[in-house]
Amino acid sequence: MTWALDHLGVIASLTWRHTLLAGIPLLLGLLVAIPLGWVAHRVPALAPVTIVGTGLLYTIPSLALFILMPLVLGTRILDPINVVVAMTVYTVALLVRTVVDGLRSVPADVDAAATAMGFGRFRRLWQVQLPLAIPVIAAGLRVAAVSNVSIVSIASLIGVAQLGSLLTDGYNRAIAGELLTGIVAALLLALVFDLVVVGTARLLTPWRSP
Amino acid sequence: MIRFEAVTKAYADASPAVDDLTLEAPTGAITVLVGPSGCGKTTTLRMVNRMIEPTSGRITIDGVDTASMDPARLRRGIGYVIQHGGLFPHQTVERNIATVPLLLGWDRAKALSRARELIELVGLPAALGRRYPAALSGGQQQRVGVARALAADPPVMLMDEPFSAVDPVVRDQLQEEFLRLQSHLGKTILFVTHDIDEAIKLGDQVAVLRVGGRLAQLAPPAQLLAHPADDFVAGFVGRDRGYRALGFVAATLPVRPERTVALGSTVGAGEGWVLVVDDGRPLGWLDTARHPGPVDRSSLALGGTLASAGGSLRAALDAALSSPSGRGVVVDDEGRVVGTATPSDVIAAIEAQRAESAAGGGAP
Ligand SMILES: Nc1ncnc2c1ncn2[C@@H]1O[C@H](COP(=O)(O)OP(=O)(O)O)[C@@H](O)[C@H]1O
Ligand SMILES: [Mg+2]
Repeated sequence: MTWALDHLGVIASLTWRHTLLAGIPLLLGLLVAIPLGWVAHRVPALAPVTIVGTGLLYTIPSLALFILMPLVLGTRILDPINVVVAMTVYTVALLVRTVVDGLRSVPADVDAAATAMGFGRFRRLWQVQLPLAIPVIAAGLRVAAVSNVSIVSIASLIGVAQLGSLLTDGYNRAIAGELLTGIVAALLLALVFDLVVVGTARLLTPWRSP
Repeated sequence: MIRFEAVTKAYADASPAVDDLTLEAPTGAITVLVGPSGCGKTTTLRMVNRMIEPTSGRITIDGVDTASMDPARLRRGIGYVIQHGGLFPHQTVERNIATVPLLLGWDRAKALSRARELIELVGLPAALGRRYPAALSGGQQQRVGVARALAADPPVMLMDEPFSAVDPVVRDQLQEEFLRLQSHLGKTILFVTHDIDEAIKLGDQVAVLRVGGRLAQLAPPAQLLAHPADDFVAGFVGRDRGYRALGFVAATLPVRPERTVALGSTVGAGEGWVLVVDDGRPLGWLDTARHPGPVDRSSLALGGTLASAGGSLRAALDAALSSPSGRGVVVDDEGRVVGTATPSDVIAAIEAQRAESAAGGGAP
């Protein structure tokens, strides 16, 4: 506790970096997962391949992915971009299935009515299917958000600073207060992410809470 | 006019869902497709707006082959109503109704004001416009569905079992209002139902389909009841069809004059049943044997149904059968008593009418 109070500035800046490293990939991953999920939904033959294929990405150990990124992207080893891209890959891995499930959750008669009224496919996606898929997508996004906050911590092993740095540093120097602070801060941040996702979903679906 | 020319739809390795269908739905009329579940009604309907493409054959609207039209544009010109309205749960009632106008590029304010106009037209309170569909009853949702289909004033409407998910009383109401709307809108309507009574009530003509999507009979309702083409149609049309067919025959009855009395006048015990009226309108029958003396409202027996002078033989027979006096009350357009007819009067009229149509050799 005293350790945390003495290092508020460091904690704040690490928390902010952690937020960006976990949050930006969450948004980017969603943006990539939506078109992938949509294609898988439209072309049923592609659905298993897409869902399983992207799902497999999640099984790549995070440290390996972080280290691979500079080779793939041609970036510098310490560049935070490596972490952002790797985390985006994990997010996509989790969210493609979620987007497909979300699109499948749209009631068939509502979808048919939209087609019958002359929606084009993009307008139907944007104005009918996605809004109605929000509850399911938000549920998947909560999992991805918490998972991102937790995985990002590993990045301290490749020298990208965030709350995980408190764990590595606290461990190396055997500072219990620092270790504890790292754990608690990451937990709290995961909680905040979760609340933001739930709150946003609620704001975007006013029809569900009359 | 919607024309099906030898239209067949076969889903992958299955026997055809619709088989060689040739059918015309005339402009300004309601054509009902009726048949058991799975007989291809929805498939038929969805081929018109190309949600389903026919395997072979051609569908034209006012002579234009629908296959030559851009599907989205074609659909914006065709109203579509399904069970529960198929409403968008995430949009307000107003916004739901404004859907097609907005797709057509109308200005938002104009589209929403059109939506409010339609809310009134289908008999909903204006305040519902701002609610979400989930807050509405089944009957209200169905009205919104109809309003939404009418929003851009399309000449053609496709309706897929629109009233089958609501309870019988509401269904009856919706059907009546639908007919009233159609009487001044004059849309070309293709209406799907599995309910033969609904088909007979709403259809200007009724197409009975059998499983496998083959047309069993296409005829106006009266003819369907009087002359079903085969056993399948007869079975599907169901019981009481002889009686129900009378609903389509105008009554030309010899109406008997009936003595009427007003409330407060005095009747003797030997006068049998007398008809009590107020300003010429029937209030009910009074059994003078049980209630002699001054006529009092509380001693009236419940009246029977009323037949109108220009109404059907079915209404006349029902009035005669349901009257406690055995004499059915016939009223004019203002609801004033014209006279009465007994069951045997109505039967005589039915027989006379039969003899006449047999002699004329025409359809009933
Ligand atoms: N997408 C489809 N794929 C395969 N078979 C279908 C499909 N849609 C309908 N069918 C079959 O076609 C037949 C007619 O279906 P449908 O037009 O929905 O009948 P109805 O509306 O009269 O109940 C049914 O046997 C149904 O199982
Ligand atoms: Mg159907």
